Amino acid sequence: MIRMENVTKAFDDNHVLQGMNLEIPKGTSMVIIGGSGTGKSVALKCILGLIKPDSGMIYVDGKDAQKGDRDAFLARFGMLFQGAALFDSLPVWQNVAFRLLRGSLKRQADEAREIAIEKLRRVGLKSNVADRLPAELSGGMQKRVGLARAIAAEPEIIFFDEPTTGLDPIMSGVINDLIREIVTEMGATAMTITHDMSSVRAIADNVAMLHGGVIQWTGPVGQMDASGDPYVEQFISGSAEGPIEAVR
Amino acid sequence: MNPISLLGELGRAILTMLAAFGRVALFALDAVSHIFRPPFYPREFGIALLNIGWLSLPVVGLTAIFTGGALALQIYAGGARFNAEAVVPQIVAIGMVRELGPVLVGLMIAARVTSSIAAEIATMKVTEQIDALVTLSTHPMKYLTAPRVLAALLTVPVLVAIGDIIGIAGGYTVATQNLGFNPAAYLKNTVNFLELRDIVSSLVKGAAFGVIAAIMGCYYGMSSGRGAQGVGRATKGSVEAAAVLILAANFVLTGVFFSL
Ligand SMILES: Nc1ncnc2c1ncn2[C@@H]1O[C@H](COP(=O)(O)OP(=O)(O)OP(=O)(O)O)[C@@H](O)[C@H]1O
Ligand SMILES: [Mg+2]
Repeated sequence: MIRMENVTKAFDDNHVLQGMNLEIPKGTSMVIIGGSGTGKSVALKCILGLIKPDSGMIYVDGKDAQKGDRDAFLARFGMLFQGAALFDSLPVWQNVAFRLLRGSLKRQADEAREIAIEKLRRVGLKSNVADRLPAELSGGMQKRVGLARAIAAEPEIIFFDEPTTGLDPIMSGVINDLIREIVTEMGATAMTITHDMSSVRAIADNVAMLHGGVIQWTGPVGQMDASGDPYVEQFISGSAEGPIEAVR
Repeated sequence: MNPISLLGELGRAILTMLAAFGRVALFALDAVSHIFRPPFYPREFGIALLNIGWLSLPVVGLTAIFTGGALALQIYAGGARFNAEAVVPQIVAIGMVRELGPVLVGLMIAARVTSSIAAEIATMKVTEQIDALVTLSTHPMKYLTAPRVLAALLTVPVLVAIGDIIGIAGGYTVATQNLGFNPAAYLKNTVNFLELRDIVSSLVKGAAFGVIAAIMGCYYGMSSGRGAQGVGRATKGSVEAAAVLILAANFVLTGVFFSL
């Protein structure tokens, strides 16, 4: 279980998170929605310790995430970055198998390669991309390689930062199903950021709406349409009229 | 501007500079400490050896040969003013080994290696690859910095030695082909004149300059700002800092070796 308590983070005078509270039960899928630039990516990075929050607490399984053994902590996580963040000096398969080629999870190279190719297949990529360099792939393909890398070591907790942006509707469907499958079959805890409402409905157990540095609304996905929250309603309808300003 | 506020400005500038020095020093200590602590990344180390050592050979060789040749011409022409043309082999040897070899190789490494390390790491930072490394349980200081610093520490002295030899060879070629020196006598004068201390100082300088070059590249890369502009600034800053520090270290090391 992941719990954020009153997390705040500012970059100079840009107060991004202003007391964010959120709870993600173990083995469930949480989707975070919210306008561009509201701090969704920052929130994920705070949990991982990539960005240090100014104040507030983050607990993973009841333990303070900012203390204790960093390696053991990070070994439980997988993360898909918004910009894929592939290592451009390594071929695709070595990106995917990065964790399996070194450190505590090290395997034989050919075994790691096999796993990488299997994960690539699961994100809809053929084995012939395995030996290409990331720069030779399209944006959507890079995103899917990033996804394959995030799930390669079968982590318990997986963060997806906009997994379907830049993908065609069919591929989006494949990825949505994959995320759902990882949660239901492998029992992983997932936290996904997305702007795509059909993804929200496909992936989420629970939904949280981030706006103005705080969680405006959170609840089961089934209650999202009848939330009665003006922020959520405006977000679902995509209207320019409402409490969320169109220029920010 | 009144004198007091001028003084304040000066004080602030000095404090900023000291803080920067402190940060670099801490970074350098951290970087060096990671060389000795596992996990080690032999593949990254191999690539760094190739990039810093092997692929720098052409530019080092060309720099050295032209410098050695020019040095022979200058000393011959200058020496002729007081009938001392005969010292060409000795001065070329001492000038290359003690001073020009290490400094020019160091500066070439700053231009070639520091800039590429800084640009590469800064780009990795800007595109979240450093964050990705961390989430994949890999310490950036161990994976990126340690192999490069170690490779520079080991290869730059070798490059300096090669540069010294090629520089002397350049002087030899010019002196024997154009200035009428006797080849055998030239070589004998060179070998007899050089002391062990000259050669050791050359190699030690090489090692120090290599470490400076690699660490400045890594430091500026890791502390890069955001976007393409951040990468550009990091690259420029790293080369400036490495070049100035190499020249300063050269002054200090020369003092340590030859005036004590
Ligand atoms: N490293 C950083 N330094 C300075 N400001 C930052 C940094 N990272 C994020 N920000 C700022 O924090 C705010 C939130 O950024 P974040 O990337 O979390 O947005 P987001 O909600 O993920 O948006 P999007 O949906 O467009 O990805 C932005 O205003 C951004 O400029
Ligand atoms: Mg984002």
